[in-house]
Amino acid sequence: MKRHLLSAADLSRDDAELVLKTAEELRSLADRPIKKLPALRGRTVVNLFFEDSTRTRISFEAAAKRLSADVINFAAKGSSLSKGESLKDTALTLEAMGADAVVVRHSASGAPHRLANSGWVRSSVVNAGDGTHEHPTQALLDAFTMWRHLGSLDGRRVAIVGDVLHSRVARSNALLLRTLGAEVTLVSPPTLLPVGIEGWPVETSYDLDAVLPKADVVMMLRVQRERMHGGFFPTAREYSRRYGLDGRRMATLQDHTIVMHPGPMVRGMEITADVADSDRSVIVEQVTNGVAVRMAVLYLLLGGSQPAVSTEGLPE
Amino acid sequence: MTTYLVKNVSVLGAEPTDLLLADGVVKEMGPGLSAESVSSVEPVETIDASGLIALPGLVDLHTHLREPGREDAETVESGTRAAALGGFTAVHAMANTEPVADTAGVVEQVWRLGREAGYCDVYPVGAVTVGLAGERLAELGAMADSAARVRVFSDDGKCVSDAVLMRRALEYVKAFDGVVAQHAQEPRLTEDAQMNEGELSGRLGLAGWPAVAEEAIIARDCLLAAHVGSRLHVCHVSTAGSVEIVRWAKSKGWDVTAEACPHHLLLTDELAATYDPIYKVNPPLRSATDAEALRAGLADGTIDIVATDHAPHPHEDKDCEWAAAAFGMLGLETALSIVQETMVDAGRLDWAGVAERMSYAPARIGRVDDHGRPIEVGAPANVVLYDPAARRTVEAAETASLSRNTPYAGMELPGRVVATFLRGKATVLDGKLT
Repeated sequence: MKRHLLSAADLSRDDAELVLKTAEELRSLADRPIKKLPALRGRTVVNLFFEDSTRTRISFEAAAKRLSADVINFAAKGSSLSKGESLKDTALTLEAMGADAVVVRHSASGAPHRLANSGWVRSSVVNAGDGTHEHPTQALLDAFTMWRHLGSLDGRRVAIVGDVLHSRVARSNALLLRTLGAEVTLVSPPTLLPVGIEGWPVETSYDLDAVLPKADVVMMLRVQRERMHGGFFPTAREYSRRYGLDGRRMATLQDHTIVMHPGPMVRGMEITADVADSDRSVIVEQVTNGVAVRMAVLYLLLGGSQPAVSTEGLPE
Repeated sequence: MTTYLVKNVSVLGAEPTDLLLADGVVKEMGPGLSAESVSSVEPVETIDASGLIALPGLVDLHTHLREPGREDAETVESGTRAAALGGFTAVHAMANTEPVADTAGVVEQVWRLGREAGYCDVYPVGAVTVGLAGERLAELGAMADSAARVRVFSDDGKCVSDAVLMRRALEYVKAFDGVVAQHAQEPRLTEDAQMNEGELSGRLGLAGWPAVAEEAIIARDCLLAAHVGSRLHVCHVSTAGSVEIVRWAKSKGWDVTAEACPHHLLLTDELAATYDPIYKVNPPLRSATDAEALRAGLADGTIDIVATDHAPHPHEDKDCEWAAAAFGMLGLETALSIVQETMVDAGRLDWAGVAERMSYAPARIGRVDDHGRPIEVGAPANVVLYDPAARRTVEAAETASLSRNTPYAGMELPGRVVATFLRGKATVLDGKLT
């Protein structure tokens, strides 16, 4: 694997499968009474969050702690976008503290690339979501969840539904799922698909009802109500009617099809409560898998080539 | 003042000849001049210009000198030193300073600073609207009548997007033969825009800057200029569609001129994939198809001139994440090399064409009398000696600009300015400031 995880495109198929297999080994820890490994003892992981995201931050924090790393949470109030301390100075500060890995969440697309490629830090950089660009560990945990339910993703059809234009989850998933052999269809109103999407390795559709019966996975994206004010769609109600997943639409799915959502959900907007809480929904499991996948990523970036779970150091 | 005898120089690529620059003018011209044969009371310095080309002093219609207000980024002195090194003898200083150049006082200050520095003649551009706010006309007439004799008016950096205000500005400047230089950018279509809108902006998650935001304003302004019978100049044309619209307007016989910037001729939006804001510029770098259309337009005269849009920024405004960074790049010291690379070496423009696009035409548009004149006996001695066979690697630290935001650092470019003469006085000799 490369030294940084900035984009899902950084992962070859072998890399991605190694992450998934490692995550599978590490996930078994969750069932043990002592959920901790010594793999990253003495290493320091900094969670550098320029944007609030409690869910992602605690997931990375739990992952690092279960590998015995020291964790520093750095919630930067305001970035250079809001004339606070610059990204560079923050990075130099962390470097001076001896961070081995920096997990960064930032509202500006490409901020993790700048951190990794500008010579400001020597540590590994993990992109925990940058602007409207990418969120590669989310894609990995999504793929891991699909893999556990469906086995190999080769030829599997995945529908990703919602605000593709502003979604880093959609971008990372489109890239990673293609790498793993799945066929991705992005379903969205035309206003919420990026210009030039014809060049992406995906299918697109404006018609959710036509896509659902063929899908093996339906991934609903969060739609922020403020998009309505940007004129991307007329009303929340119209959006829900055309692109929301409700019980009626869920009934058209194949028996084995799973329903996913990266969270946080807006119940009643893109997904109804009965779908979110149904047997098909793997939304809560995605959260559990998130910790395992992030453990795998941190371990592979920092720990090297030894198996993550050795008998040494495990409780008898 | 030293008299210069330039031996064996190829004027605009023609057979080598000799030039005598004395008393601020081209005094004599023709083969076989010698230091002994010329009658001069001043000392005569002979320059062996074998292999060099003489061009008329370059004229930039679009330079940001940042003074007053951002003297940390550039001053009139540092910017004109960079200009001289790039072969320029005249630059038009854009109005988006702090305070904005929207009064006679500010334009006269900039004009005077240029005269004091002495590296290059500085022609201030006046703002079209008060404070560049796009709400009411600045005192265009007062600026025109001032010592700075302003003829070019622009809110550059911002678009005069209000159609009525643009109409009035176009009409009003007719009284003093002025021109409105429009920064064509429809503001609503480019809110928070970061880079050219296309497949790459979607992949990078950087908000797209559609070509139509530029083209719609250019089309509207061409129609307005035709309607009121005024002249329009279009700043930094960056898209293939814009070139087509300007070509159409010219075919109608309308008085529309347009400029292209060196970076839009050479660089493309693929560079944004680095997320390095050294490539962040307004208008944004476009596709290879657009760059090709600009070169074709410059070759056939649809694009009248090359203008640098030299835009210095302090290091911290580029050493950050893309969205937080300032728009703009340095251009004065590399413009001629890039025109050689993209146009001359590619066989699309000869040196006479370069003189037209980078000296005669910009001087005509800016109504500058003392620059942009052919090199002939009696003309002001505004001359550049250029070595087209040289190659050099651009080093950001070597620029005379106070800023370092050149996108060409590390790039090998053809050509080197050997000497620049401003009214017979050498501002650059042996490639160095005098």
